Amino acid sequence: MPPTNYRPMWTELGLDLAKHDALLGVLGKVYRDYFLSQTGRPAGMDYFNFVISEVHGLRIKELMDARKAGRKVIGSFCLYVPEELILAVDGISVGLCSGADFGTEQAERYLPRNTCALIKSFFGFTLEKVCPFIAACDMIVGENTCDGKKKAYETFNTLIPQLYIMDLPQMKSDAGRALLSAEYLRFMRDLEKLSGRTITAESLGKAIDTVNKKRAALHRLAALRKADPAPISGLDALLINQVAFYDEPVRFTASVNALCDELEKRVVAGQGVAAKGTPRILISGCPMAVPNWKLPMIVERSGAVIVGEESCVGERGTQNLTDTRGAMVEALLDNVVDRYFKIDCAVFTPNTLRLDHVRKMTWDYKADGVLHYCLQFCTPYQMEAIPMERALEGEHVPVLRIDTDYSQEDVEQIRTRVEAFVERLKDGA
Amino acid sequence: MRAAGIDIGSRTVKVAVVEQGRLAAHRIAYNSHDPIEVCRGLLDGLAYDALFATGYGRHLFKQYWPCTVVTEIKAVAVGSRFFAPAARAVLDVGGQDTKAVALDPRGGVAKFEMNDKCAAGTGRFLEIMATALSYSMEDFADAALQASAEQKVSPMCTVFAESEVISLVARGLPRDGLAAGLHRTVAQRVASMLRRVPLEGDVVFCGGVALNACLRRLIEQELGLRLVVPEQPQLVAAVGGALLAAGSCATGLLLNPTGSE
Repeated sequence: MPPTNYRPMWTELGLDLAKHDALLGVLGKVYRDYFLSQTGRPAGMDYFNFVISEVHGLRIKELMDARKAGRKVIGSFCLYVPEELILAVDGISVGLCSGADFGTEQAERYLPRNTCALIKSFFGFTLEKVCPFIAACDMIVGENTCDGKKKAYETFNTLIPQLYIMDLPQMKSDAGRALLSAEYLRFMRDLEKLSGRTITAESLGKAIDTVNKKRAALHRLAALRKADPAPISGLDALLINQVAFYDEPVRFTASVNALCDELEKRVVAGQGVAAKGTPRILISGCPMAVPNWKLPMIVERSGAVIVGEESCVGERGTQNLTDTRGAMVEALLDNVVDRYFKIDCAVFTPNTLRLDHVRKMTWDYKADGVLHYCLQFCTPYQMEAIPMERALEGEHVPVLRIDTDYSQEDVEQIRTRVEAFVERLKDGA
Repeated sequence: MRAAGIDIGSRTVKVAVVEQGRLAAHRIAYNSHDPIEVCRGLLDGLAYDALFATGYGRHLFKQYWPCTVVTEIKAVAVGSRFFAPAARAVLDVGGQDTKAVALDPRGGVAKFEMNDKCAAGTGRFLEIMATALSYSMEDFADAALQASAEQKVSPMCTVFAESEVISLVARGLPRDGLAAGLHRTVAQRVASMLRRVPLEGDVVFCGGVALNACLRRLIEQELGLRLVVPEQPQLVAAVGGALLAAGSCATGLLLNPTGSE
C-alpha cells in the first residue's frame, strides 16, 4: 500500500511544506537512530512506532475529520489543563509538544535569547509553520505557570488567533485551591460555549473514567519497570508517556495494556532490555517533550537503564486518579480540582511534595541514582535542583545535575558526565 | 606486565605506561585536526599488554585501537592517588574542561562537578588571554606572579573578557596587572567549582594548567589550603588509565595481545 498523501491536508492547514519535509526528515532519522536501533524491544512497541510515523499524518487527519463532524480540538502546554473537561464536551485534547530546536532564530526575534528551549520551540514551530497540531486546534490553552511562559503568551497571542489563558495558583493554600476551582469552572463554561454542548454529570463522569483508565494503564507500565532486569527501556517508556498527550485516549489505553501483558511475561521470565544488575537511573526535573530524547539516549548508551521519570511527561503528570464518586457536575468538578491541585510542579512554593515523590520513586523503582535534568533558564526547576541534590546526597542517593537545551552541541560533554556518573554508581554498588 | 593509558585531550595527547607499580614511560604530543594520527605517532613503538583510553577523544580512539574506555573523571581520581596516596579531592583544569572531583576514602569518585559548554575557567581561556596580551603561556604566568598591582577584570565569558582586556590595554593599563587579574578570575571560578564538592584531606591540582604557578598560588589563596601538584600534572589522567588497565589485567578482565609491538 503506498503511503497516504497528506500534502493537501498540510497545505490546507497552512504549513510550509518544504520546511515541514525537512522537519519530518530529521525526526524520522533520529527516531530510527535512537529507537529502532535498540535491541530487545517488546513487540508491543510496534503500535507506538506506527503512531510516531503518523504523528503529523494519520493523527492530524483524525483531528480534521473530527472537526468536520463538529468536535473541537483543544491544545495545551501544561498538565494543569484538565483533559477531563475537554473530553466532557466531546472535545479532543492534544498536548503540544515543543521539544525540538526548530525556528530558534525566528523565535529570538520575539523572545529574549535567555528564554528556555521549550518556549522558543513553540514559537519557532508556529513562526516556521511546521506544526499541524497548532494549526488544527480550535483553542490553545496557555497558563501562567512560570514567568517565561506567562509573559511569552502575551506575544504568542499576537501570532495565533485561538489562545486562551488560564490563571493558576502558586501556593497550596485554601486561596490557591479556590483559584484553581474558579478557573476550572470558567474553563468548563468556555468549553461549553465553544462546543455548544453542556457538561452533564454523565458526560463528565464518563470523561473522568476514560482519563483514569489511561492513567491506570500508565501506572501499570510504571510498576513493571520496578523489575530487575527492566523489561522496557527508559526511551520507550518515555515515548509512551509522550504519546499519551496526543493520541486517542481509549485506543492508547488498550495499546499500553497490551504492551503491559507482554511485559508481565517478560518479568516472569526474567527477561529485560539490559542485564540484571545494570545501574538503574531515575530521571527527575523538567518535561521532555517530543522529540527531546537526547539525555535518555545518552544515559542508555552509557551502560545504564532509566526506570522512571519524575516529570510532567512521566509520573508527575500521571500520578493520582480522579475520584469518580458524585452525582452532580459540581461534585465531579470538585474531584477534578482535588486531583490536579496535588500536582507538585516547581512553580509552587513551597513544593515539598516533589522531593517526597522523588524519594519514594527512588525507593520504589530501586534506582541507584537520580539524574536531575533542567532546561537552561527554567528558574523553578533549577532552583529546586540544588536543595534536592543536597537532600538526596545526604541520604546517600547519588545525584547528577544536568542543565541543557535542545541543541546537540553539548552531547559529548553530557556523555562524559553521564558516563562518570554511571562509573560512580557501578563502583559504589 | 606493562599497562598503558592514553588521554586524548583537546590540546594535548598523553600516554603513560605503568610497570610493577612504577611509571615506566610517558609521552606527550600536541593534538591536531587529526587526533588519530597524533595517537598513532605517540603509540608508535610503545610496548604494552593492556590499554585504557580516556579524554574527550576516547570513543573515537576505541574505533581504531582495542582498548577499554573510561571517563577523565574516574581516570584523574585513580591517577591522583598514584601521585598523592592521601588525596581526597582533585582539581583538573585542562584545555576545554575543568573538573572538581571528591574522592571517598578508598579513592572512588564520591562526587564531581564539571564546567558547562563554556571556556571560562579552562586552559583555553588562559591561552586566549595570553595571546591577547602578546605573552607566551610561561611569560603570562610569570608576569602575573610578579605584577605589582592586580587589575580587576570582570569574570565573564571568554569572548567578553577578551574584548574587555583589549579595551583596558587601549587605556594604557600595564599588561602584567591585567595578567594577574585574568589569573584571578580563573582562580575564583575553579575555586567555586571545587567548593561545590566535599573538601577534606589532600587536594590534587592536575591537568596542563596546573603547571601555571601563578594560578596554583591564587587558587590556594582563594581556598585557604595547599594544593598537591604532581611533577607532571598533565599526565595524571593517562596514569590513571594505565593503572586501571593494570588492574583489569590483574583480574583477567582485559588482555590485549594486539597492543604489544
